[in-house]
Amino acid sequence: MNQTLKKELSLAACKIRMGAIEGVHCAKSGHPGGSLSAADIIAYLYFKEMNIDPQDPKKEDRDRFVLSKGHIAPALYAALANRGYFPVEELKTLRKIGSRLQGHPDMKKIPGVDMSTGSLGQGISAACGMAKAGKLMNKDYRVYTVLGDGEIQEGQVWEASMFAGHNKLDNLCVIVDNNGLQIDGNIADVCSPYPIDEKFKSFNFHVINIDGHNFDEIEAAFEEAKTVKGQPTAIIAKTVKGKGVSFMENKASWHGTAPNDEQYEIAMAELNQALAELEA
Amino acid sequence: MADVKKIATRESYGNALAELAAEYPNLVVLDADLAGATKTATFKKVCPERFIDCGIAEANMIGVAAGLSACGMIPFASSFAMFAAGRAFEQIRNSVGYPHNNVKIGATHAGISVGEDGATHQCCEDIALMRTIPGMVIINPADDVEAKAAVRAAIEHVGPVYLRFGRMAVPVVNDAETYKFELGKGITLRDGKDITVVATGLMVAEAIEAGELLAKEGIDARIINIHTIKPLDEELICKAARETGKIITIEEHSVIGGLGSAVCDAVSANCPVPVVKMGVQDVFGHSGPGGDLITEFGLRAANIVETAKKMLNK
Repeated sequence: MNQTLKKELSLAACKIRMGAIEGVHCAKSGHPGGSLSAADIIAYLYFKEMNIDPQDPKKEDRDRFVLSKGHIAPALYAALANRGYFPVEELKTLRKIGSRLQGHPDMKKIPGVDMSTGSLGQGISAACGMAKAGKLMNKDYRVYTVLGDGEIQEGQVWEASMFAGHNKLDNLCVIVDNNGLQIDGNIADVCSPYPIDEKFKSFNFHVINIDGHNFDEIEAAFEEAKTVKGQPTAIIAKTVKGKGVSFMENKASWHGTAPNDEQYEIAMAELNQALAELEA
Repeated sequence: MADVKKIATRESYGNALAELAAEYPNLVVLDADLAGATKTATFKKVCPERFIDCGIAEANMIGVAAGLSACGMIPFASSFAMFAAGRAFEQIRNSVGYPHNNVKIGATHAGISVGEDGATHQCCEDIALMRTIPGMVIINPADDVEAKAAVRAAIEHVGPVYLRFGRMAVPVVNDAETYKFELGKGITLRDGKDITVVATGLMVAEAIEAGELLAKEGIDARIINIHTIKPLDEELICKAARETGKIITIEEHSVIGGLGSAVCDAVSANCPVPVVKMGVQDVFGHSGPGGDLITEFGLRAANIVETAKKMLNK
């Protein structure tokens, strides 16, 4: 990846992280940990990969995105706002009465949200339906869905995976945000879903393992996914929960807790510092 | 009714889908390994390219249907009522109901008339479950004519629809030439002033017979067919409550949360009158021939007559 693009994407990811922290802090609730771990993947999709138009959010042939791990809505909202779907200022209304920005994504309210999600395991099924619709209607759009690594404990994920593999949905790309932590602790201790890659392989997915914070690897994976024919792709992205905010990194306790005012100041100072370094 | 033509409404469902395949190029039918039983195989025969077998995975099937609808298709997701409304309840609520996706759920084998398969497969809770989902339309057709009309109405309605069909062959009580289906509108099959019988699904035939039997005993019963349980035709129900003063509801479903409860909700708020709810009385079913179970559970015309006479102190 060229340095200009890498810088652009790093800036976008940093802004997504800042928007997510801003929203969760204002709401005094929400899910910062997973929002931060998936920020780079989401930045790549919204600022490089997907064929989308913020001026025409329902454009018929657009690529679709389903946030199967709907609780990291703060990251999705920040991506949409920074991409021009709605004002960045609106991120401060997250989870408040009267706001479009519901605790989990609402396709009826928010421009750019292709599917309402939040109940884990359901988004990937909807993504399969969208991919199948593309096949049935001979459309060449692609469908992307981000799952949590804890989420794949849901049986529905494997029902959907069986469907995707069986139907040869090569227009579907599943990304697992493998940050290793869920609410109750380490996913390997709670009820291990490992080996994740082998599981998707056995469901007839083309599987790519990457570092989910490395844009070269992210780009290579999404480019490779587009060349795969006759099977869906699963990108297993190794990530750090809370990535970018030092005291949140690798701590399950930051799954669903909002920073207090002091923590918010520290987090934003760190992210502003990162932003300044990128812009320098 | 030995000489009356009989057909199961699940047959009507499959036939209607097949008939509508050409007219609606975005119609797509999903099943979960029960195409032979839900009769979606009839659609598959004429339109295999728009038939999707999801395997035995109802939760995923509902989600796939939601995704298809979000891309402009009109999916009919089919399974037994138990596994559609029951197993996939939360998927229907969150992936279909909450986003108001244009998904139609074709639930067959509802109620105790499923018969020999027994209680695990006899869903008497589906109407109750579906009624709690905001924006969900619930249609429980009485016969072949109404079932086919209901499938067309479901396609034409934009938004989620739950269609309830039965396994057992039931008499065709409506005249295909004159029948008109209007979503959300009940049908008065017999006018009367002494008492009202509100029936739905395959209980409509029993209610019609009960009306005739009651007439012979000098009781003038009003018979209403409620094919759309949600939204309920409250105007028609309340008018009947005011004019007849007593209501019997009858459904092949639990008396908790179904048609009877919906009628009680309507009359208690607007025009309180005594209501007796006939149906499955908070018990599970069991194996046996479907028709025999209907009799055993007290859902025959004779039972309606008995209930009416009791309410009228006759």
